[in-house]
This record gives sequence, C-alpha cells and structure tokens, in this order.
Amino acid sequence: MKRWNYSLLAGCILSGAVLALALVGQFWTPYDPTAMDASVRNAAPSLAHLCGTDNFGRDIFSRIMNGAFTTCFVAICTVLIGAVGGTLVGAVTGYFGGPLDNVVMRVNDVLLSFPSVLLALVLVSLMGPGTANIIAALGILFIPSFARIVRGEYLRLKNQDFVWSARIMGAGNLRIMFVHILPNLFVSMLTTAAVGFNNAVLAEASMSYLGLGVQPPETSLGRMLYEAQTYLFNAPWYAIFPGVTIIIIVLGFSLISEGLRERESRG
Amino acid sequence: MGEEYALEVRNLNAWYGVRQSPFGGKARKHVLHDISFHIGRQEILGLVGESGCGKSTLCKVILGMLNTYEGEVIHYTKRPQVVFQDPFGSLNPAKKVGWILEEPLRLAGGMDKEARRRRVEEMLEAVGLPAEFRNRRPQELSGGQRQRVSIAAALIAGSKLIIADEPVSALDVTVQAQILDLLLRLQKEFGLSILFISHDLNVVYQVCERVLVMKKGRIVEQGDIDDIYDHPQEAYTKELLDAALDFENDEAEISDTVRL
Repeated sequence: MKRWNYSLLAGCILSGAVLALALVGQFWTPYDPTAMDASVRNAAPSLAHLCGTDNFGRDIFSRIMNGAFTTCFVAICTVLIGAVGGTLVGAVTGYFGGPLDNVVMRVNDVLLSFPSVLLALVLVSLMGPGTANIIAALGILFIPSFARIVRGEYLRLKNQDFVWSARIMGAGNLRIMFVHILPNLFVSMLTTAAVGFNNAVLAEASMSYLGLGVQPPETSLGRMLYEAQTYLFNAPWYAIFPGVTIIIIVLGFSLISEGLRERESRG
Repeated sequence: MGEEYALEVRNLNAWYGVRQSPFGGKARKHVLHDISFHIGRQEILGLVGESGCGKSTLCKVILGMLNTYEGEVIHYTKRPQVVFQDPFGSLNPAKKVGWILEEPLRLAGGMDKEARRRRVEEMLEAVGLPAEFRNRRPQELSGGQRQRVSIAAALIAGSKLIIADEPVSALDVTVQAQILDLLLRLQKEFGLSILFISHDLNVVYQVCERVLVMKKGRIVEQGDIDDIYDHPQEAYTKELLDAALDFENDEAEISDTVRL
C-alpha cells in the first residue's frame, strides 16, 4: 500500500508557495516596493495593504515578495557553491585518501567547529557588505559540510564491486568518480542541500539583520527585520510578516529534507 | 605456449599491507605463497579451497586489483573480466542495465550509439534475458537475473578470459543450476577460458575439467577433476570432499524424511 509522504507534501506546499510569491514579485507586485507614500506611514494591515506599511509608507507585502526573492536567491547560490565545491573536495579526498585527505579533512574540521555565521561575518567585514560578497562568503563556508558528507559516501562506495568492475573494464579514475559513483549520491545530496538551504536563509537573515548583508535600495527578509526593529512597538507588523515568511521557508525545507530521508529509509 | 594458454601465473607471492598503529608503518601479511599454474585456451579451471585460503586474493592479483605481489602474471588474451559473487553489489544501482552493458563498449570506443544498442540487445539475448531489460534498474532484478547481466557485461567487449569469483554461491540451488548451464553454454559459444572459483566442490565438479586445490595461500593439489574426486592425494582435499559429500547425504536424508 502506498502511504502518502505528508512531510514531503507539506514541505513542498509551504516552500512552493513562498517561492511562487517571490517569483511573481519579480514581475508584478501590488505596489511599487520602493514607492513612498507619506499619507500611509506605519499603517496597520488592511485590505489595501495586506501586511501594512513601513515608516516610509511602502507596502510591506510587496517588499516581502521582493525580499523573499533576494533571500532565496542568496540561499540558492550559496548552496550551489557549497554543493559544487563540497562535491569536488569530498570526491577527491574520499576517493584517493592518503595524506591529502588527512590534511584537507583537518582543515575541514577546523572550519566546521566555528559557527559559519561568525566566519562569514569576518569574511564580509573584510570584503565589505553587499549581495555578491555575502554569497561568496557563505558559499565558501558551506563547502566543508558538503565535503564531509560526499567524502563519506565516496569512502563507502569506492571499493564496491561495481566500482571494481568499472576499473577492470578500464574506466579512468575521473570517469569512475563522476560518472559511476556520483549519481549514487543524488538522494543524500538532495537532503543535504535542503538542510543547507535553510542554514543559508538563516545566515543571510542574520547577516542582513546586522547590516552587513544586502544593502538598500535592495531588500531581503533579514534587511527588513533590521529596519523594523526601531518600530517594533508602533508598527509590529513590519517585523512580524517578514519573520513569519522566514519561518515558513525554513519549516518548508525542513519538512522536505525530512520527507526525503523518510522516503529513502522506506526504500 | 602462447597459443595454448590463456593465462599463466609463475611463482606468485602476494602480500597485504596491514597497518599496525596510527604512527607506525605498514606490516606485510604474506597471503599467497609461490603460486604457479596456467589456464588453457577454452578451459574451465576450477579453484577450490575454504574461505580465507587466498582464492579471492589470487583473483585480485590476476585482475590487477592488488599490486603488492612478486612473480609473473602473463595474459595471453585481452584483459580478463570478472563476475563477482554478490549480485547485489556488482551492478551500479544508479544506472540502468542498458547503460551498464554499454559502458565497456563506450570505454573500448569505436562503436556509435546505435551499434552499441544493438550489441547490448544481442548480449541480453545471449544470456537469456529479454531485450526490454535494457530499461530496468538493477534493483528491479532478481539475483539470478543480475548475475546474467554481470556475465553479459564481462563478455560484451569481447574478452575471452573470465574470472568467476564464486559466481553462484549467493544464489539458491535451482538458480545456481541455471547460471552454471548458462556459463557452460557461453563457454562453448564464445570459446571462453574461465577461472571458476568456488568453495563448493560439487559445483566445481559440474563445470570444470581440471581443478586447483588451495590451502593457506598455497596450491596443495592440482589435476584432472575426476582423479582428484576419486583419488585425492592430500588429506586436506579428502576433508573438503568429505564435507561436500556429507552435505549431499544430509540433503538426501532431509528429502527422504519429507517424502515419508
């Protein structure tokens, strides 16, 4: 009997809804997200402004649509850099082993032992704030966690009979690593990517909240929280709605990764 | 001699590196002692011995999976191919059967996509599987079907020497018989030489003309299968034979009981 995978389904609905809003926001928003309107400063949520307005009278719902896009864009780029870099590092160290593996993995352990946001803060304060810099800093710091998982999988798979058959047929190491072994990592990479995406969303939000991430006139969910803190008491909706959006994204992707793991263990 | 032999091994000694401590160097464990034998063209040579006697190590050396050896391994044919024991580990779970069978052809080069596809279908037919198995994944196949695919993969690029490392040991008895029949048929059809490794003398008796008996990394007896079966020279061979016969008698008794 086929049982519904509720975690996966719920996760896809939640994060799908936010991603859809973010995409639509690139082409259409109810109001111009940067248009100021002094007549409706700090207006409470209403039918005209679903999530209220901020201190400049800008529509918060429109800004969330734009901010969510920036946040997801940063997270996706970060995960991509981490996944590609981590796969290369993990594949080479896991497959070949030896002294190189030892050295790289000890560096990895050192990087993993610091909170990645802390290291990203150091990098960004060296490079200066901005969307591209935050992607670069977070992306590099996401490499170790991917590398560790990929390395483990390569260690497990490199002496399996099917890999030996490929060697005996005359396949080269590169071909074995990336054509024979890599496709077997699909599910574990997907799970790791979903978790990594969440961490990236939270890291971007923290960095932008500290004023080091996305710079105005661009906006992101973290940036909105940063701007909202001054008005926490006269306009709480300014902080609540971007915060809730972050929660929905993170919850959605947590459910997706849990659902994937569940599906894998059920076979 | 090159015309008569498919493979010759002369004075082979092999070691495994064993790590003693995280800081110390590696110690060597001597696992094969002075092995010499040959496999004739179109011959099925049996290799028997209890587990841990060095059968698989010998197979690794011949296939180039282990480099810590001294002595000569001379191939008179193309690179030997292998059929492993565990039909669940020897096929890539992320690929379809068609892809797995095409891979040796891709690596060899010189065939276009259409030609490879046709060759795969021919080979599937030769091992008794329908052509549409091309689109199946290994997980969807039974142990016997997987072993057929492994055999097809070993043969598809035209290799004439097959190392079969306990090819039927993981299968149940009826499937064992089918795979042995298939191996015998293919051996005649393609003119194969096979090194047939097994711990089960009964299985070896069914397919081999000549047999090597290994114990603790040495060849203790070799010769015609009937001679060895009827007049074993070594005490160890007798033990192996007795064990195999006991097992057969046990089975006979069980089936008698069932009949009653």
